[in-house]
Amino acid sequence: MPRRNDIHKILIIGSGPIVIGQACEFDYSGTQACKALRSEGFEVVLINSNPATIMTDPEMAERTYIEPLTREYVEAIIEKEHPDAVLPTVGGQTALNLAMELHESGILKKHNVRMIGASPQAIKIAEDRLLFKEAMREIGLEVPQSGIATNTEEARHIADQIGYPLILRPSFTLGGTGGGIAYNAEEFEESVAKGLMLSPVHSVLLEESVIGWKEYELEVMRDLADNVVIICSIENFDPMGVHTGDSITVAPAQTLTDKEYQRMRDAAIAVIRKIGVDTGGSNIQFAINPADGRMVVIEMNPRVSRSSALASKATGFPIAKIAAKLAVGYTLDEIPNDITKKTPASFEPSIDYVVAKIPKWAFEKFPGSDPTLGTQMKSVGEVMAIGRTFKEALFKGLRSLEAVKPLRITYLADDELRRLLTVPSQHRLRYIIHALQIGWTIEDLRLLTHIDPWFLYQIRDFAMMQNRMSAMESFDDVSPEMLLDAKRMGISDRRIAHTFRIDENQVRRRRQEVGIIPVFKRVDTCAAEFESHTPYLYSTYESEDESDPTTRKKIVILGSGPNRIGQGIEFDYCCCHAAFALKDLGYETIMVNCNPETVSTDYDTSDRLYFEPLTLEDVLSVVDREKPDGLIVQFGGQTPLNLALPLKEAGVPIVGTDPENIDLAEDRKRFGALLSELKIPQPENGTATSIVEARTEAQRIGYPVLVRPSYVLGGRAMVIAYDEASLDRYMREAVDVSSQKPILIDSFLEDAFEFDVDALADNSGDVVIAGIMEHIEEAGIHSGDSSCVLPAYLIKPHHLETIRHHTRRLAKALHVIGLMNVQFAMKDDIVYVLEVNPRASRTVPYVSKATGVPLAKIAAQIMVGKKLREFHLPDELKVENYFVKSPVFPFNKFPGVDTLLGPEMKSTGEVMGSSDHFGLAFAKAQLSAGVKLPVSGTAFISVNDSDKPSVIKIAQDLQALGFRITATRGTAKALNTSGVKTRAVNKVNEGRRPNISDLIKNGEVQLVINTPLGKESRYDEKAIRSAALYHAVPCITTLSAAAACVEGIRALQQQKISVCSLQEYHPGKSVAVKSH
Amino acid sequence: MNSHTAILALEDGRLFKGRAFGAPLERTGEIIFNTSLSGYQEIFTDPSYCGQIVVLTNPEIGNYGLNELDQESRKPFIEGLVVREYSPIASNWRSEIRIDDYLKKHNVPAVSEIDTRALVRHLRECGAMRAVISSRDPDTRSLIEKARHSPSMVGLDLAQVVTCSQPYDWKKASVNLSEPKNGSHSKSPLPPTGKTLRESKGLFRVVAYDFGIKHNILRRLVDAGCDVTVVPAKTSADDVLTLKPDGIFLSNGPGDPEPVSYAVHAIKNLLGKKPIFGICLGHQLIGLALGGKTYKLKFGHHGGNQPVKNLLTGRVEITAQNHGFAVDPDSLNANDVEITHVNLNDQTCEGLRHRSLPVFSVQYHPEASPGPHDAGYLFNDFIRLMSNS
Repeated sequence: MPRRNDIHKILIIGSGPIVIGQACEFDYSGTQACKALRSEGFEVVLINSNPATIMTDPEMAERTYIEPLTREYVEAIIEKEHPDAVLPTVGGQTALNLAMELHESGILKKHNVRMIGASPQAIKIAEDRLLFKEAMREIGLEVPQSGIATNTEEARHIADQIGYPLILRPSFTLGGTGGGIAYNAEEFEESVAKGLMLSPVHSVLLEESVIGWKEYELEVMRDLADNVVIICSIENFDPMGVHTGDSITVAPAQTLTDKEYQRMRDAAIAVIRKIGVDTGGSNIQFAINPADGRMVVIEMNPRVSRSSALASKATGFPIAKIAAKLAVGYTLDEIPNDITKKTPASFEPSIDYVVAKIPKWAFEKFPGSDPTLGTQMKSVGEVMAIGRTFKEALFKGLRSLEAVKPLRITYLADDELRRLLTVPSQHRLRYIIHALQIGWTIEDLRLLTHIDPWFLYQIRDFAMMQNRMSAMESFDDVSPEMLLDAKRMGISDRRIAHTFRIDENQVRRRRQEVGIIPVFKRVDTCAAEFESHTPYLYSTYESEDESDPTTRKKIVILGSGPNRIGQGIEFDYCCCHAAFALKDLGYETIMVNCNPETVSTDYDTSDRLYFEPLTLEDVLSVVDREKPDGLIVQFGGQTPLNLALPLKEAGVPIVGTDPENIDLAEDRKRFGALLSELKIPQPENGTATSIVEARTEAQRIGYPVLVRPSYVLGGRAMVIAYDEASLDRYMREAVDVSSQKPILIDSFLEDAFEFDVDALADNSGDVVIAGIMEHIEEAGIHSGDSSCVLPAYLIKPHHLETIRHHTRRLAKALHVIGLMNVQFAMKDDIVYVLEVNPRASRTVPYVSKATGVPLAKIAAQIMVGKKLREFHLPDELKVENYFVKSPVFPFNKFPGVDTLLGPEMKSTGEVMGSSDHFGLAFAKAQLSAGVKLPVSGTAFISVNDSDKPSVIKIAQDLQALGFRITATRGTAKALNTSGVKTRAVNKVNEGRRPNISDLIKNGEVQLVINTPLGKESRYDEKAIRSAALYHAVPCITTLSAAAACVEGIRALQQQKISVCSLQEYHPGKSVAVKSH
Repeated sequence: MNSHTAILALEDGRLFKGRAFGAPLERTGEIIFNTSLSGYQEIFTDPSYCGQIVVLTNPEIGNYGLNELDQESRKPFIEGLVVREYSPIASNWRSEIRIDDYLKKHNVPAVSEIDTRALVRHLRECGAMRAVISSRDPDTRSLIEKARHSPSMVGLDLAQVVTCSQPYDWKKASVNLSEPKNGSHSKSPLPPTGKTLRESKGLFRVVAYDFGIKHNILRRLVDAGCDVTVVPAKTSADDVLTLKPDGIFLSNGPGDPEPVSYAVHAIKNLLGKKPIFGICLGHQLIGLALGGKTYKLKFGHHGGNQPVKNLLTGRVEITAQNHGFAVDPDSLNANDVEITHVNLNDQTCEGLRHRSLPVFSVQYHPEASPGPHDAGYLFNDFIRLMSNS
């Protein structure tokens, strides 16, 4: 069937901010869909609230709306754009839910918009557990026994029938939020209450436990002619009970006979037909009882998913791209396979390697969170690794995780080890290795972990190799044969070096001397049956290399590895832009990255893709093979920056800012000297390598102080210490100090205003200031967690001038070539420099979208020799209208964790709101971040003494806007005396009821303004914040944010919904990009 | 030579060294590669692989062991096995024997730790060729000579080597892996049930020529409602007709179809007398009997992911394939014979039927095992053809 001609304009819904359970895999799928549909001549209108995405680049669609993903806003866009169809299947659960809302509220029908990809009917059956179960029964497939409860009573009744343990899954929540396992009635009661609350439709599925069963996923595609193919089978290393997003997963399935695999394949095909997903990809999960082979269907996603991204990268079959083409009428046999060129997409990829995906968690960011892995996803990112064997893939994957401090286990009591093996946690694999090293059997481990013995056996090979090496005196005793065996297992040079306490370079040298060097093989969808025209490569230790490097001028771009808090999609955005821009200049671009969720690891983003860990060893192997003219470290965040100096020492030609200068900016002493020389003020500061030194320095500087380790991103382990006791605690517990890793101590500028500046500079000394962003929260909150606005709106012109001046001088002094980010603080009319990062920052995509100038592309071209003046930019980019960036937090995944913000970054993603009015831009950003500012109701105010004078204005404004005001006694008194009619309410720790927490829970409070009061009321504040979080009441913790809220509320009261595309904001500005 | 080392030598002089497992023997054969991700046991025991050394592109082999129910014939027919990594552990609830032990028991040499991707790329470029696996002879030059002196596949009648010696009746239906709990699975998309092997009394009497027949073809015929009698390859048309069949089935098998002239002769005599359904070698023999020609493919089709378009319905089927020869569609008289299926990868002929006589055949394996079940409908087509005759 050819392309449909009854539709011309298609609305694509994106997935919004990066959150746990929904990450940049949907930027990848959305970008593919945009490109595929435009290449077929369709007009694409896109809505996504996340500015840090490639899909929201103005070149990706005819109209790009960075607007809140809500029914009202999408309707406004539909009214303006009149699309013929909406594609809801490439934007995750967010897009699917939103599309269903549009359908059910009649908006689609009213505006004559068709849903393509999946019909509302199919989505409903797939998403509604009860309907799904019934559908499965009708086609003769088993599902775990289950029932749906909409209240506690019903839940108890179902639990009685199924028995314990049982699994709870709230309906329609992301990443299984609120799900869990109840082993007894007590746990059950608690989980049911929470699940009902979290489910937007207030229902919870209670299900027979299949914990410990083998878990599989199949990626299925179907076209309008009812052709169905399976793209990939995935087997979970961690059996049922751990969310697949938190499991190590392996492709292809390893422990199924053909009979079992084909039974699953038949079932998957029957499912997609029964559910009625007409076109595109779906993901279907199965569980198999390892004892007798009983197979049950777990669930189906009628859309492109995280696993589809993984499957695409694992096989080379671009699921989202093909899904988009199928949605507009093509059949699989009409679409060519990009990699082989001559065979069609109507086939099932065969792979001749093994792929392992390993999640990355961020529990260290959320002290007090439960580190147990269960049915609710908790990981923030993932890596994928390709090897010729499972062992090789697994261990390449482990080093891709960039564990800062690898877990080294010396001794564990048997009981403790048994517990650590039984309860799934992020370190379980390490404990398995440890247990095998000390002689526990595979059967012991199978009984404790339920992990398939085949996997355990592979790990035992590794453990034995490790033991053999540990038993040797020196590295010289390792024979070339043994070294080759170790490398073929995927063991890194670094691990070998660690075993023998030698330098990694020694291992590499020895390897090269005896000729043990990796070769590169291609991912080709067909196990080499046909020639591959796409250089999508992975390293392995084999006999033949097929990388076939060219003699073109080429640049290697190092990606940013797994997503984590502080280093996410923004850096992938920059890497992709570097690839696009350098391609435009005629360079061959070579990407190295290991994150399967990203656009950068799409095989057509760069000319060549190396799916490899971002370690010195692996990057040098690529460089040795490719011999590039340059290598870029400044776009991928801290990961490649950490490699900059060692790469330079190894003779790699790094382009852009010299790694020595990057290092200078990170080196507190040298950088301090530079600032003094330039006469640029910085907060009083010092470094310490011991507790004693730290105390002395803090004394000299004066409390409060900001303390943190050097060389970290995202404010890892950064705290504000108000006194010596908290400083001591920090030094003892939080960090690992040594003379190589000093602790940085800065005077903390309380109540200062913060500014972030992104700038471009070239080697002729020209500097363009791209954006001066004003933080809405004051100093003390990590810049990544603070909302900020472009242009700066509350700053005096002469301070702006000072900021510009400092920025230019710093760029010149550091000989920046490319991008630079400077953080400023302003207090008492003095502008301080907090830090300088001569590299792409987290804000680059946001500033690019606000200004309409692609900063990362320009930076990349500057790095290879173009001059800034060739781009004809003004000295400072102009921002018309207001663009507010707001962070999005994962607190709902970590119950019990305090939601208070601080210098350590906690947000996983960001959104942008824009308008010609600051208040509305702020309100839109808040809405996109899931905070719906109220337009009426009651505001609760509780602030510390120093904030009391300033809060009066805010309270007055709220009262004028029609809000009732309630406050804790102290604040109420202050407000009442200032003429704001305020009702006093009990604090939680006063013991009297109803207290403020009760009011929030009863829905009697619509807005909370609560600045930290100090230790004694910490308990109260935590209770208030957590009540607000669970009841979706906006909770503002700083006064400047409260003031912004007031602006936002005023705007919401006055203005109608208005939407504006990037193309309208920046007419004629979008830089033409050749189609990629 | 080290007792753990095995050498794979190709007739064009290319050498691969790896680790020996299976039987410590030396064997020659035509080396071909199979891209199936699952089903190594079915591949080993498919008689069509007689005379061939098989390279598996899936690098991890042996993971789930082997079991009695998944056998496709009485024993392995491959001459040798080449893999990247074999698993000394078999992990599956149905596993009965490990791959190493099984191959030892049946005297099949195998080699692991081979850069199978390099080998496959070589075969893709240079075509299937003769080869030798040895863990006995360390002299590579002598091994290359042995490969060069081994028989060529072209012109070789291997059907007579693997066929049964006596006719026999086949009763077993397909195996289901798990008995459904509540028995209400009438609409099940899965093959018919029966953890205990179901004995069936068929509605149609089918005589199946055994040129190297796979058990799953027989099981699928029983599933479809046939009473099956299997006869040796050289059974004459008259002897078949004496059995009063409702239909005649022509099986898969190894080697070159051309020298199997006795079967072509028999088929010519059977054409039009009874409905005929052929698979793989059976399809090629029908092609020859209808006056067509066959030719050798460069490296054949061996795998479970080959896209085939059914030209009658327009649907695409993902098929299991295992053949080195093909029917040349241009050699057939288009007035008599219709091409019904075509391979979308290389446009080769995958199926045909006679325009007036009740004869049809496919080059690929609708019985799967290993491989996808997409083409299972062909067994029903055969039943329909017999019902209408």
